[in-house]
Amino acid sequence: MRRFALIVLPYAWLLALFLVPFIIVLKISLSDIALAIPPYTPTLDLAAGWQGVKDFFAGLDFENFVFLTSDDLYWKAYLSSLRIAAISTFLTLLVGYPIAYGMANAPAHWRPTLMMLVILPFWTSFLIRVYSWMGILSTEGYLNQILGGLGLISEPLQILNTNVAVYIGIVYTYLPFMILPIYATLERMDASLLEAAEDLGCSRIKAFWLITFPLSRSGVIAGCFLVFIPAVGEFVIPALLGGSRTLMIGKVLWEEFFNNRDWPVASAVAVILLLLLIIPIILFQRNEQKNREAEG
Amino acid sequence: MPETVFEPWNDPDAEPLIRFRNVTKRFGDFTAIDNQTLDIYEKEFFALLGPSGCGKTTMMRMLAGFETPTEGTIELSGQDIAPIPPNKRAVNMMFQSYALFPHLSVWENIAFGLKRDRMDKAAIAARVEEMLKLTRLEKFARRKPHQISGGQRQRVALARSLAKAPKLLLLDEPMGALDAKLRQDTQFELMDIQEKTGTTFVIVTHDQEEAMTVASRVAVMDHGRIVQADTPARIYEDPESVYVADFIGDVTIIEGTAQPLRDGCYEVSFAEAQPKLSAQSDRQFGTGQACALAIRPEKVAISAEKPENGVNALKGTILDIAYLGNISTYHVELPGGQVIKAQTTNTRRLSRRNFTWEDEVWLSWSETAGVLLEG
Repeated sequence: MRRFALIVLPYAWLLALFLVPFIIVLKISLSDIALAIPPYTPTLDLAAGWQGVKDFFAGLDFENFVFLTSDDLYWKAYLSSLRIAAISTFLTLLVGYPIAYGMANAPAHWRPTLMMLVILPFWTSFLIRVYSWMGILSTEGYLNQILGGLGLISEPLQILNTNVAVYIGIVYTYLPFMILPIYATLERMDASLLEAAEDLGCSRIKAFWLITFPLSRSGVIAGCFLVFIPAVGEFVIPALLGGSRTLMIGKVLWEEFFNNRDWPVASAVAVILLLLLIIPIILFQRNEQKNREAEG
Repeated sequence: MPETVFEPWNDPDAEPLIRFRNVTKRFGDFTAIDNQTLDIYEKEFFALLGPSGCGKTTMMRMLAGFETPTEGTIELSGQDIAPIPPNKRAVNMMFQSYALFPHLSVWENIAFGLKRDRMDKAAIAARVEEMLKLTRLEKFARRKPHQISGGQRQRVALARSLAKAPKLLLLDEPMGALDAKLRQDTQFELMDIQEKTGTTFVIVTHDQEEAMTVASRVAVMDHGRIVQADTPARIYEDPESVYVADFIGDVTIIEGTAQPLRDGCYEVSFAEAQPKLSAQSDRQFGTGQACALAIRPEKVAISAEKPENGVNALKGTILDIAYLGNISTYHVELPGGQVIKAQTTNTRRLSRRNFTWEDEVWLSWSETAGVLLEG
């Protein structure tokens, strides 16, 4: 009985907070747009009894999903999102790995402080932090002022409202998610492994590629998924830092919902996005599972 | 033709493989190794023995190249090794934690060092097979380190460190993680492998029994100094200091004052009411000089009656009996409070044992049984 209670609680949680909302979104995606509140039809009319339920199901169709294939905006937005997320993930790895490596090799009494510094940005609002990047990256921003002041550039660089700004924003925002899992794998690595590699004839650099990097692989994979998955659906960063040519599915979704008030199409976009992300999420879970097995 | 005994340390013409010359190592204010000079010869199985923190691991890490001496030089085959980085030394090390690469199979672990030498594939495969055979690991070649037992992991570590045929193999507490029974078997296996490969082994251990079993010579270390470096037999039978006598094996130390009796023979008085003890020694003692007589328990005879020709015969009561199966150690307290240990072999069954607690017994030993040391 106690075991049952233990299992029921998390499942009830998932049911209430994930499955039910998802079914609602799925239902809306199968509905038609309507000038009403809520702005779609059909709605379930329980007062009409069995006939009402039948009418409700008869009113559902895949029209919106067919519509998504007819306009190339959508699949281009999906592809562009995946590309931007992939590039940003790679850049985050390039920045995050050395930081995690440095933290893991720092003197033990320094590590909690460094960890704190990585987590510290979470203490302020995400929105404010993205806004402040606008101040840094704009043509009159701090970056251009400094570069101009140093005489490195004569014309201010146009970074804000381009994809570059989106990359910077994503790398900055998701960096801790990359650093922490990599740091965790590097930190528990036995230092004598590197000495053994050196003893057997490796140079330090060779030992890094043959020992350290392969052993931190699970952390790298975990970090990449933790950045990639939310980055695909990212909305705030492309909306604030990206330009008119930055095409991301999160932005499309937002526009469908709030500008067009077309809830059914917006829901269809969301359902497809979720289906797209299920693949990396499953891969991520498998990676975690494998690590647990290797340790156990 | 009589076989020559392997004793290069007694041969003045022998060239040592390793030569520590006035080596000092400091970590900040702490002196880990204090001006030590030591020669280790080819094909030796040399043990560095001492309690933790005595500097034995530092000695080994300097040989491997992970530490450099603060002062002095270390020579390998007559060449100063200080400027040679660890990856270029003909020295390999077996780590206490084994340090097996968890993402590589047993085969790949053993091949790791060979691949770094850019040997061709066939030669690597042949060498790895040879190592697997030597350590009886053929069946486990494809397994990952976490899929084999502790004893097998230990053998992989050994095979990996031997694969490159180093001039010198360093073993850091190689049996520390094994249980007692497996440890004994492994000790003999290690000696076998050392003999077969003809490699010079330097082993670091805090287990004196292990050092005595495997090593041709043992260096007993204390606080960064080598107190005595000698064969196991001489370390045991002829310790040069109370520290060594006490560290190796079981011993009773009787502190007293010396009185020369005749050439090489001294009288030791240690308590007012007790008879003087006589002991032979090559060391010189002046009248009234503080000294310590170290006697191994197995050299002390225990009897119910006063032995007739016993030179050193003392009466006491049995305080404790440590029954170890094959032998029993009796702790006998003399009237002055001094406790002397005496050991007997249990050739009879337990029920027929002669002595029990609180029995009054006589202890005796010959003039040459004890070692007279400076107190």
